[in-house]
Amino acid sequence: MSADGGTNGGGGAGRPLIAGVDLGVKRNGKTLLEHVHIEVAENEIVTLIGPNGAGKTTLIRVLLGVLAPDTGTVERQPGLHIGYVPQRFEADPVLPLTVSRFLLLGTPRPPAGALDRILDETGIAELRQAPLHALSGGELQRALLARALLRDPDLLILDEPVQGVDFSGQLDLYDLIGRLKREYGCGVLMVSHDLHIVMRATDRVVCINRHLCCAGQPEAVSRHPEYVSLFGPRAGELAVYTHEHDHAHDLAGHVVPADGGHDHHHDHDHDHDHDHAHAHVHNVAHDKGTGGAGDA
Amino acid sequence: MLESFVVRALVGGIGIALVAGPLGCFVVWRRMAYFGSSIAHGALLGVALGLLFGVGLTPAVLVVSVVLAMLLVLFQHQRLLPTDTLLGILAHAALALGLIALALMEGVRVDLMAYLFGDVLSIGWIDVAWIYGGGALALGALVLVWTPLLAATLNEELARAEGLPVGRARMVLMLLIALVVAIAMKIVGVLLIVSLLIIPAAAARCFARTPEAMAVFAAAIGVLSVIGGLAASMAWDWPAGPSIVAAATLLFVVSLGAGGGGRRVAERR
Repeated sequence: MSADGGTNGGGGAGRPLIAGVDLGVKRNGKTLLEHVHIEVAENEIVTLIGPNGAGKTTLIRVLLGVLAPDTGTVERQPGLHIGYVPQRFEADPVLPLTVSRFLLLGTPRPPAGALDRILDETGIAELRQAPLHALSGGELQRALLARALLRDPDLLILDEPVQGVDFSGQLDLYDLIGRLKREYGCGVLMVSHDLHIVMRATDRVVCINRHLCCAGQPEAVSRHPEYVSLFGPRAGELAVYTHEHDHAHDLAGHVVPADGGHDHHHDHDHDHDHDHAHAHVHNVAHDKGTGGAGDA
Repeated sequence: MLESFVVRALVGGIGIALVAGPLGCFVVWRRMAYFGSSIAHGALLGVALGLLFGVGLTPAVLVVSVVLAMLLVLFQHQRLLPTDTLLGILAHAALALGLIALALMEGVRVDLMAYLFGDVLSIGWIDVAWIYGGGALALGALVLVWTPLLAATLNEELARAEGLPVGRARMVLMLLIALVVAIAMKIVGVLLIVSLLIIPAAAARCFARTPEAMAVFAAAIGVLSVIGGLAASMAWDWPAGPSIVAAATLLFVVSLGAGGGGRRVAERR
């Protein structure tokens, strides 16, 4: 049910590093995830999108091995190193910790010079002795990225890596992530709400809403009917500018293959009105932000 | 020359301070002050059971504290009631049962005040042995789980994802708190034990730039509190346990004024 006929549509990407096959998670009788497939290969950026409550973080936790899925399996390349940036990270002032100590905490001692190099790459070299809790949102996200890199990762898993960062800082961070991917040749899986920016900075998009909605190249996904029904008709239009779509969707959320063929019926018990409202807020920001001068 | 009971009180109190400081840092970082109080209140049930069965008080208190800590770990897995409510229920139920059991015991006159507020001047060398044996065990265990516990305190999700033994580290911390409550009860009593955990750690915060420094400073401030408190107790005939807590509080207040750390942090923000 993906837009390009398979989940493995990354152009120029290498071997799969990690693959989640038919993943399902239930908690207290509630379905959090069902029949989700996802794959990340070397040297590609895969962005996971979906409305609030779509199970994005649940999927990340399953892939990390923190949460055991009820159905399906996670296949990892043997010896895979994962660098992880969690969704919520608050540095508590009551715990005194310098940035460099935070980076090294719980890691086997990295090779000589690795810490300095990574601090330089992430642009926080002058902050190495600063208390962690005094960092700004952008600096903290860079420190978290640096900590992940210090673990010599084959795969970076970033759960909303630009949260709490202002708009120009977000662009810088996405640039940094793209640069790190090229330098380290690692795969990147990131969760994002920033549809507009993400569409440009990613090789492949996977859209979930408890089930897999669609996956593929950013352009194809942004035209996908289910994507459009989740994020509002203008989300795709603004991200890609090339496509006019028939917006007459009901709120039941049909899964329609990219060729516009037959409908698969899925049960949706969540509140689509909310999702739409949320997406429109994004759209307003995107209108202003397309010139790069927005203040989303 | 100091009298031998004063020497024992000093040696025992310093032993408690040395282990309570580092452990107390985690109590402060992880916001477990109420957990510590709950275990301490429940310890009175241990006193009653110890008297009832004629076993030593410290082992009885230790067993009851550990059982309470385990129950709390189990209860934390349910979501219906908040943890502090459960802590309160367990603590006060154990306290009430302990008081009833003590009242019912025939022929045993119990000096309740000694257990509630401590009686450090009456401790014997056996108690000192418990303090140093238990304290050394606690510090050793704390060193072993230090890194995973610190990582989990910062961010549990991150620590789990990095494969650190988060659950085990947390369990060890709870058991250590139970252990320290058991061995510290004679010194300051069940109502004041938590102050020995949190006040030196809180006073140490503004002098420390690393977690380890904060642990060492907390131990040192605890030792100073014990010396100062016992000195005041000797000089003016104050009750010893409360005097130690008062001395710790005084050092905390001084630290608020002396530590430039707080101000530097405010500027950087």
